Amino acid sequence: MNELLTCTGLTRYFGQTKALDGVDLTLTSGKIVGLLGPNGSGKTTLIKIMNGLLQPTAGEIRIMGSAPGVASKGMISYLPDRGYFPEWMRVGDMIEMFYDFYADFDRDKAEDMCRALGLEADSAIKTLSKGTREKMQLMLVMSRAAKLYLLDEPIAGVDPAAREFIMQTILTNYNEDGTVLISTHLISDVEQVLDEAVFLQQGRVVLHEAVDSIRERTGESVDALFREMFRAQLY
Amino acid sequence: MQFEIRDPRPIWQQLAQQLRERIVTGVYPPGSHFPTVRELATQAGVNPNTMQRAMAQLELDGLLITNRTAGRTVTEQRDVLDSMRRQLARERTEEYLKYLEALGFDRRAAADLLAPEGEDNHE
Repeated sequence: MNELLTCTGLTRYFGQTKALDGVDLTLTSGKIVGLLGPNGSGKTTLIKIMNGLLQPTAGEIRIMGSAPGVASKGMISYLPDRGYFPEWMRVGDMIEMFYDFYADFDRDKAEDMCRALGLEADSAIKTLSKGTREKMQLMLVMSRAAKLYLLDEPIAGVDPAAREFIMQTILTNYNEDGTVLISTHLISDVEQVLDEAVFLQQGRVVLHEAVDSIRERTGESVDALFREMFRAQLY
Repeated sequence: MQFEIRDPRPIWQQLAQQLRERIVTGVYPPGSHFPTVRELATQAGVNPNTMQRAMAQLELDGLLITNRTAGRTVTEQRDVLDSMRRQLARERTEEYLKYLEALGFDRRAAADLLAPEGEDNHE
């Protein structure tokens, strides 16, 4: 098992609020991992620390041995939980920009994916629907041959058919030596694509196990187990 | 034909089951070339590692033969195919009997239901 990323006692406060509470987590190469938790459990905070957009209050994170920085950004392909592209730009402009920015960006792959996803290079971003924007972002992120793909809610807010399409795109395009981390609360839509599930609850990792091992051990799907664990928390 | 992952059993087991059915029903005929892990994983919309595990089980079953150069082929051994066919039939029959037992049918009454119309008079 080659370690790709290690978090030790990772803690992050926002003012008085503890968003992450001592996260210990190790990810190995060649896996598709689900980062699963209800809203506000710390998924986005953890992902932002992994790609260096946030600093931890305490604890340590190592990506292939070093702290997040310029080198790790070259290895990490990040899909944020919201769009950040200027409205006036066109799909083709974004491809050019990514091609300039990232050495591992595969332009042919981007063009193939555009065809498959029905994206036109000369469409302005402002004319795209929410689902199409999601697909465009995914196309850009998956066109890189990254070591680590951090996908923050790639299927939130799109219809079930588009979700399936997005999951297929991830499956057929990820770099097989790389690891994909997908955060979501829509577990039934991603479960069969995952190797491992990480359950995050109030800023802590409460479970990290292979999907089929969870099914074997509990006799339940990951989706059912998740509902059970997080329903109990309400009372 | 679609793969279906509906129940809480491990996903690789459900895939293995459906691949066995495809082989014994001749979707992939004896001696034919078997698709790659990647092709089947894409078709099923599952993780390639999971499909890999399902196919490894089929190799253990003796249904798939791995050739060093030519990928995988379906076995041509009739006895292996026949015994898998029987195993699948037995499993389904057990499920059927369990269900009917829950409904209050004993094995005899359950078997009677299988006889075609007009033939179920045992007098």
